[in-house]
Amino acid sequence: MTAVPLPYRVVSNRPETTDTRTLTLRPVGEALPAFAPGQFAMLYAFGVGEIPVSVAGLQDGALTHTLRGVGAVSRALCAVRPGTQVGVRGPFGTGWDLPAATGRDLLVVAGGIGLAPLRPLVQAALSTPRNHGRLNILIGARTPEDLLYRSEPDAWGRPYCGMTVDRAGPEWTGHVGVVTTLLDQAAFTPHETTAFVCGPEVMIRATGRELLHRGVPAQHIRVSLERNMHCATGHCGHCQLGPLLLCRDGPVVGYDRAEPLLAVREL
Amino acid sequence: MKPTGLLAALPEGPRERLMELGREVSFPAGARIFEEGGRADHFWVIRDGGVNLDIHVPGRRSAVVETLGAGRLLGWSWLCPPHQWHLGAEATSPVHAWEFDASEVLALCERDPELDHALLTYVVEVIGRRLRAARTRLLDLYGPYGSGSPG
Repeated sequence: MTAVPLPYRVVSNRPETTDTRTLTLRPVGEALPAFAPGQFAMLYAFGVGEIPVSVAGLQDGALTHTLRGVGAVSRALCAVRPGTQVGVRGPFGTGWDLPAATGRDLLVVAGGIGLAPLRPLVQAALSTPRNHGRLNILIGARTPEDLLYRSEPDAWGRPYCGMTVDRAGPEWTGHVGVVTTLLDQAAFTPHETTAFVCGPEVMIRATGRELLHRGVPAQHIRVSLERNMHCATGHCGHCQLGPLLLCRDGPVVGYDRAEPLLAVREL
Repeated sequence: MKPTGLLAALPEGPRERLMELGREVSFPAGARIFEEGGRADHFWVIRDGGVNLDIHVPGRRSAVVETLGAGRLLGWSWLCPPHQWHLGAEATSPVHAWEFDASEVLALCERDPELDHALLTYVVEVIGRRLRAARTRLLDLYGPYGSGSPG
């Protein structure tokens, strides 16, 4: 972890959807320590600002980040051209901790761009199939055009991978509805399952409630929360959620801790 | 086969009495099972396959609003007036289902308060679940930040 951004070069910038891009970065000189799936980096668009972005891929020493252009910094990062340098700090926060789920069924539930932080977890699980039970990947998106990494689920092959959209166009032949409706098609033994959930917090609550109802223990429901992270080192307090500083104690926390906090109004 | 959905929700006695009225049916992929505005005189419990619920949009292709899969109840408009389907239903893959004649089931419920209560409780739960899902989707959760906010 570094307090000062290290320079990384953008080696590719590819579109995922109309407003979402995936950047691949390589260190110009010194590299940051290894990231774990679920952790995040602070990406600095020089002269514009810095934002937290979860790591969406960890291969061959490169960092992959998927981000949506919604503010000044994220739009600047979405617009960077290959060869440009950006600043990177990290790794920050808690990860998904896949080793803690050894021997258990895995249930990955992603909503919208929430698939990005889960992607390296899926890749890690696919590369270690003997370490866990059945792998289920459930993905929800607004429309078919908003699905990320569209070519990848076919290559994932072995696990059950369900995709659903809120609004279907005429070309869509898949599932329509909220992501929790895919749970009926997933194969898992609830009390022997670890779930990994990322998406809008309303979706996290709905999914957490449904998983608890089905018997998945709260401490085995891992959710990734998002707040306004600034320093990323637990000092500034911008990302406080009740007793948690999410840059340090999160973003991934057990639902046993998250559930009561997500139920508090205006927290 | 292990019961799921409606059949799992009913106690054993009422489930057996209901199943005496059920018959196995199949629909090929693409089959229209019922049409919006039609008389709702049957319902189905999907054993396997998928069914899209759709709504007619004048001048455009019908919009799919939800997909139902194995174990799910297909159709509840038979339960209350005006007994008309408010959506259409189309098989997205070969579908096997238990089909029930609504008038027979309603007549049985008249004589069987235990089944009547269990069935009504389940259908209300299904309607509530689908209403919650529809309201959640109204929030446009995955859209750009604030796009689902009022005002």
